[in-house]
Amino acid sequence: MTSPVSRGFHRRRGPAGAEAGKLPPGQHATTDFPVLSAGPTPHVPLTEWTFSIRRGGQALRSWTWPEIQGLPAETVTVDIHCVTRWSKLGTVWRGVPVRTLLDQVGYDAPHVLAFSDGGYTTNLPIGDVSDGRAWLAFDYDGQPLAPEHGGPARLLVPHLYFWKSAKWVRGLELLDRDQPGFWENYGYNNYGDPWREQRYAGD
Amino acid sequence: MAGTALRGRLTWRVATVATVADETDHVRTITLDLPDWPGHHAGQHLDVRLTAEDGYSAERSYSIASADGEAVAITVERLDDGEVSPYLTQELRPGDQMEARGPIGNWFTWEPHDGGPLLLIAGGSGVVPLRAILRHHQRTGSNVPARLLYSARSLEDVIYRRELDQYGGSAEVRYTLTRRQPPGWGGFSGRIDDAMLARIAWPASQSPLAFICGPTPFVEAVAELLVARHYPTRRVKTERFGGA
Repeated sequence: MTSPVSRGFHRRRGPAGAEAGKLPPGQHATTDFPVLSAGPTPHVPLTEWTFSIRRGGQALRSWTWPEIQGLPAETVTVDIHCVTRWSKLGTVWRGVPVRTLLDQVGYDAPHVLAFSDGGYTTNLPIGDVSDGRAWLAFDYDGQPLAPEHGGPARLLVPHLYFWKSAKWVRGLELLDRDQPGFWENYGYNNYGDPWREQRYAGD
Repeated sequence: MAGTALRGRLTWRVATVATVADETDHVRTITLDLPDWPGHHAGQHLDVRLTAEDGYSAERSYSIASADGEAVAITVERLDDGEVSPYLTQELRPGDQMEARGPIGNWFTWEPHDGGPLLLIAGGSGVVPLRAILRHHQRTGSNVPARLLYSARSLEDVIYRRELDQYGGSAEVRYTLTRRQPPGWGGFSGRIDDAMLARIAWPASQSPLAFICGPTPFVEAVAELLVARHYPTRRVKTERFGGA
């Protein structure tokens, strides 16, 4: 279908950072850091916080906050893309590669379901978190990650739409069979590749 | 019906502007002629795509302002440094075309069988999806008690004011004005706080269902107040916009 022309609509000079080639289709750059959450922001004291890798509901391994902080962390600069159409280019994060955590348990599952405080979940193929493109991030822009942005720690999987980067993440459940997470159950795409514009179920 | 609308791919449809109506000096409601619209749940949104003569296109998501069964409407707030909202609020006129697809999002929605009592809390243009919920509540003749608490800077900033002023009975609307109140103002003043919620929010013992929509700091603050009032987090649905 050819798109109809919207009379009188024309390109404006976009906001800073909207360099050609960095924006997936249908996205626009923002300098804000918008928030998309389905419910209230949870608050868990760091003394009670753990991150677990589970299988069949049983923890294979858990890390406390100091244990996570003791692992080798990376600082990464990445572009992030929200399904609600904003992208934020050149964001700086610090966190532990998810691969490091998976390597400490040994794993053979094809899928994971990330789970968070507040009941949020999101599903990912194991290859998308085990190959160095995913982090358990706890600093943003040189500061501890703010609660409304998912602090104390969130997943960072910047090559997928940002709902896959689960806020307030508390662990990964290893799965033999794929299982849709929260937004995936409410009409959003199961995989969420922004470059293929996989926003919604069926895209 | 909307339950089936998310099966398969959401296709872009040509939408023709039917009416435009200014709500405030920077907010406009646009109704669209959208043939074969599959229906929607109150609270869902849609995507629009504008295409320029040179082929450049821009897409945005907007909450649906209308109830299912009414002409599909969106309400757009102008952001002066934006690319799309100045066009939609200033240039667009009836007969113009764009593309739209939807409905989208099955979480921040309400149907009569979801029950209540309903507590709707809006900050600024966050009232749009909550207005759709109220209209749906009225159109379906629901007897679920509903309250909307709407925080706006001033009376002139209240969107849908004439419509909202007509509610009564099973659906009540209350305003709080944060910056400026007219002489003799009988509503609330200032930001929403616990004392205000003590007068408006259904007690948690009635297992209310809350929907909060507005700018991120507003939603953060109100959601936290409701959790402190023992609302279960799964009964507090939020939608946020803007930077934190």
